Amino acid sequence: MWEYTDKVMDHFLNPRNVGEVENPDGVGEVGSLACGDALKLTFKLDKEGRIVDAKFKTFGCASAIASSSVLTELIKGKTLDEAMQVTNRDIAEYLGGLPEQKMHCSVMGQEALEAAIANYRGQMAPPHDHGHEPAGRIVCTCFGVTDQEIERVIRENGLTTVEQVTNYCKAGGGCGGCKGEIEKIIQSVRGDQVQEQQLPPARKGKKLTTIQKIQLVQQTINEQVRPALRAHGGNIELIDVEGDKVIIAFRGMCAQCKISEFTMREVVEAKLREFVSDDLYVEEDKDSLDAQHVHKG
Amino acid sequence: MKTVYFDNNATTQVAPEVYEAMRPYFCDLYGNPSSMHTFGGQVGIKIREGRESVARLLGCDPGEIIFTSCGTESDSTAIHGALAAAPQRRKVITTRVEHPAVLTVCRDLESRGYTVIELGVDKLGRLDLGELERQLDDDTGLVTIMSANNETGVIFPIEQIAEMVTSRGITFHTDAVQIVGKMPLNLSQSRINLLSLSGHKLHAPKGVGVLYVKKGTRIAPFLLGGHQEGGRRAGTENVPGIIGLGKACELAFRHMEDENTRVRALRDKLETALLGSCPGSRVNGDTEFRLPNTTNISFEYIEGEAILLLLDRFGICASSGSACTSGSLEPSHVLRAMGVPFTAAHGSIRFSLSRYNTEQEVDFTVEKMPQIINRLRELSPFVQGDVAGR
Repeated sequence: MWEYTDKVMDHFLNPRNVGEVENPDGVGEVGSLACGDALKLTFKLDKEGRIVDAKFKTFGCASAIASSSVLTELIKGKTLDEAMQVTNRDIAEYLGGLPEQKMHCSVMGQEALEAAIANYRGQMAPPHDHGHEPAGRIVCTCFGVTDQEIERVIRENGLTTVEQVTNYCKAGGGCGGCKGEIEKIIQSVRGDQVQEQQLPPARKGKKLTTIQKIQLVQQTINEQVRPALRAHGGNIELIDVEGDKVIIAFRGMCAQCKISEFTMREVVEAKLREFVSDDLYVEEDKDSLDAQHVHKG
Repeated sequence: MKTVYFDNNATTQVAPEVYEAMRPYFCDLYGNPSSMHTFGGQVGIKIREGRESVARLLGCDPGEIIFTSCGTESDSTAIHGALAAAPQRRKVITTRVEHPAVLTVCRDLESRGYTVIELGVDKLGRLDLGELERQLDDDTGLVTIMSANNETGVIFPIEQIAEMVTSRGITFHTDAVQIVGKMPLNLSQSRINLLSLSGHKLHAPKGVGVLYVKKGTRIAPFLLGGHQEGGRRAGTENVPGIIGLGKACELAFRHMEDENTRVRALRDKLETALLGSCPGSRVNGDTEFRLPNTTNISFEYIEGEAILLLLDRFGICASSGSACTSGSLEPSHVLRAMGVPFTAAHGSIRFSLSRYNTEQEVDFTVEKMPQIINRLRELSPFVQGDVAGR
């Protein structure tokens, strides 16, 4: 049995905004009977261009119905540009989380919204005209998922495995024939990112050899620090470890950032002390930064 | 809230008599049946009685019974054991509608060089015996076909199949976990070589199963170790489980009539009433050759998990062949093999009864179901006014 949050059950048992808006300004239909879930979203705009009413009809499981219900709640009162900012993660977060295998339900909500807005803006053929071609190239023929859709769920949700991609957009969940191709897409999207390495299970608290300490520092930077910096367009590199001194260099946006000093103290040092050793302190390698500028210049 | 349990093909209530029979064998009579002292030896006697009781239900010799830990272990033992005993044969025949305990094993064999033939079924879930006949050849080491389908309850003509297969000198195994206790068996008069059953499907506890091995059938042991079960299945016996299963088989023997009359009538009443009160519904599978306790009904244009969760609000337990309930993305492999359209496959609900169900429970479910179906149809984008809102 799925472990649904109270929020999911509430929106499943008491769905908000069920039905179809009369004379809608935008209509978005995604999914199909074959896929096992489908969503029809309709909305109406007021004079200021805000979504004054939104309704849904959904064929699907509890999480599909709950995601649709939440979607209508999230977009009401928003302009179309504001509504475009709503992502599948917003829907999932509003629900207090969805089981991993059900994340595709939240993605369906996001796609229906985009389809409805595109329909309003005249970018797509009207509903019930199935003559239009989906954007991108079909990778998963079982569920009709394109390379662009796959790339997007990888990017927006930080996915790293084929299984996750299947959970988020169903691609690869039928015959499985496209799994190799999905793997390639994951690699191409994430190619520039550091591969997580398999590390020996060194732990804080025990006496570490120098190599274990360096590995643990690297692991902590990879897992605990880099994602936070990346969210702001920055990056970090481990230059050296001399005794308890950890020498690092900031890259990208962080390199020019006036508050990088603060970032370093607050984030990097705190994390390293939490996960590696209380004695560690951090220094920034200015030479490395200069060298990078010279190289770039 | 009272539980209305209509999911007996998933598992069953342990019969109170079974529980009572097992109770002394945890804290008091905990001896090892292999021991030389009386304290253990008296347990060995109970194991023997359990074996005799199982043999009586199956109509076979007690020496043909091997106790295992579950139906899955029985299936794996049968398949691997039979193939290991005929190493030169490299072909296995099964069906597309088998339980994963068989199908997954066969597909794994395929990846290890075996040729695996999965026989299809027609839209009522029936096999084409002509196709089976054509596939049998000198390379075939094993045919494994279930006795009755767990999802639809459709019964295969297993005796006829056994005759056809074994007359060619090929070993025949059947996964009979759904049929044992519901339909009478007489294996001494049968050509079936190997048969799997699972205790918890017939009111014994989880964790005990049986593999029947007909005298003269060669199988290699699967679990090696001690001398238990005549060296054919090593490992200290699950004493309380085996004693419980013995009791459960005794009860099943006694209630066989009830399963085929009263339980069947309850199932028929439930099915007829639901089809009558819920438009856009249909039964999946052959209703002529079917387990007396099972009905699989599709409610078109709505999704099974949502139905189950709403039934759950009333304490009604059933199961579904929809994609969403399994965590996979495609609906039941059984319904797909039968060619059930997607409109219906995603909305399929299986009700499986037992002798503990009552007419009140059936009436209660019949009363609640239409409102559940209507509620979800009102949400469905595929339903126009004609089916919804009635």
